[in-house]
Amino acid sequence: MLILQCPYCGINADETELAAGGQAHIKRETVGSDDNAFEDYLFRRVNPKGVHFERWRHANGCGKWFHAARCTMTLEVFGTYKAQTFEPPQNIKDAISAKRPGWKWGDFS
Amino acid sequence: MKRYSAFAIAREATRYHQGWERAWASPDPKKRYDAIIIGAGGHGLASAYYLGKNFGITNVAVIEKGWLGGGNTGRNTTIIRSNYLQDPSAAIYEKARSLYETMSQDLNYNVMFSPRGVIMLAQTHHEVRGYQRTAHANALQGVTTEWINSARVKELCPIMNIEGPRYPVLGGLWQARGGTARHDAVAWGYARACSDMGMDILQKCEVTGVMSEGGKVKGVATSRGDILCDKLGIVVAGNSGHVAEMAGFRLPLESVALQALVSEPIKPCMDIVVMANTVHGYLSQSDKGEMVIGGGTDSYNNYTQRGSFHHVEETVRALIETFPILSRLKMLRQWGGIVDVTGDRSPILSKTPLEGCFINCGWGTGGFKAIPGSGWGFAELMAKGYSPLTSEFGLDRFKEGRFIDESVAAGVAH
Repeated sequence: MLILQCPYCGINADETELAAGGQAHIKRETVGSDDNAFEDYLFRRVNPKGVHFERWRHANGCGKWFHAARCTMTLEVFGTYKAQTFEPPQNIKDAISAKRPGWKWGDFS
Repeated sequence: MKRYSAFAIAREATRYHQGWERAWASPDPKKRYDAIIIGAGGHGLASAYYLGKNFGITNVAVIEKGWLGGGNTGRNTTIIRSNYLQDPSAAIYEKARSLYETMSQDLNYNVMFSPRGVIMLAQTHHEVRGYQRTAHANALQGVTTEWINSARVKELCPIMNIEGPRYPVLGGLWQARGGTARHDAVAWGYARACSDMGMDILQKCEVTGVMSEGGKVKGVATSRGDILCDKLGIVVAGNSGHVAEMAGFRLPLESVALQALVSEPIKPCMDIVVMANTVHGYLSQSDKGEMVIGGGTDSYNNYTQRGSFHHVEETVRALIETFPILSRLKMLRQWGGIVDVTGDRSPILSKTPLEGCFINCGWGTGGFKAIPGSGWGFAELMAKGYSPLTSEFGLDRFKEGRFIDESVAAGVAH
């Protein structure tokens, strides 16, 4: 069973306590964006084999949204971090680099 | 190819069964093919088969990184039905179901198609209205289904408890001509027929890159060397996003694990397929006597071909209320497959931004039933650039807002 630590309340939560919220760090498009940009925003997903960034909600706990860095090939969790950010914090990126040198995900690496 | 027949069995019986040929050849890759299909699962092999059979294109290679039929084709719960709500879905799934009826004769390979009938249970009032609507839609589409009441459900499936307190059975959508087939045999039958037409099935050959020139596909780089082609079909289910990335485009789908389990074998007790979408469980009995149970998908991206245990628990917990007989059974095996799910729960059969490259993906949790129809349509799309069966399933439907919304029609499990 997948276990993620909620960065707000510090609890190690089982996946039954959490709700998956899909890909993280999606750039929101707005008035003036063209059709392609909207298609990217609404539908196209990274769907990587390997390092992935996701949104999760501690639904049966503190109720807060947070982000997790995870490997979709091994289910290994690299770390979790608070949602008030546009990109993963450096310590998470370092933790991934230590285990998956040369990783790349969207604009991040 | 020597044909399989009762006579062949008698002939081989007289000579210690030493005359059986290998069902398909395992050649080395050629330098160049007219068409390459990536993925030797059901959909990929069916696509290759109909390219040869319907369009005479036989200089074809089917490339597979593992062994043929080793992905979702060998992992599904083998249910075949075509009771969909939307017209484009009904057309392609009904084409598939009708092709299944004659597949054994067509391929000279017994795929054990068993049109035993499929019920989709209505266990909430919302589902009652939904399935009655689907029955009306199916009548207009020429797909034979009917709405049946709970007494008729009980008659068709006596082991069912229709008066459960939490999930009472209020009726069902009955498709008498749906059923099951032997999933491996479908892949093997197509592979044998493709090999017989002179196509090359290249197993243990992993695609590592897609080569293009001036926006047009040129070939693929593989673990067994570069192979050139005029046309490329990507038919790789859960790995679609990964291969599309090699070809330089991104897809509107995500890969998640869908799991299934089987019980220990018991005596025959159920001769139809029952799907209970409210509780995300579906059930049939295999020829060996195992109760085959399909569960729900995990909610997060995953490529590990394992599913979460709590989904097994949820599925089984809900099913034993409707099927009390299951409560004492031991479960024998549990496994997962990686399915590629689109936003509208409908597949993508389409041209791609790379000229000459086509993609057949997004079958999500219900691809097995569609194999022959998908192959039929996708072969036409690859050969002629257009197919009436696939025209609504293009990649551009997301940008243009023309969804084929089956997530509403079929619930989660299908």
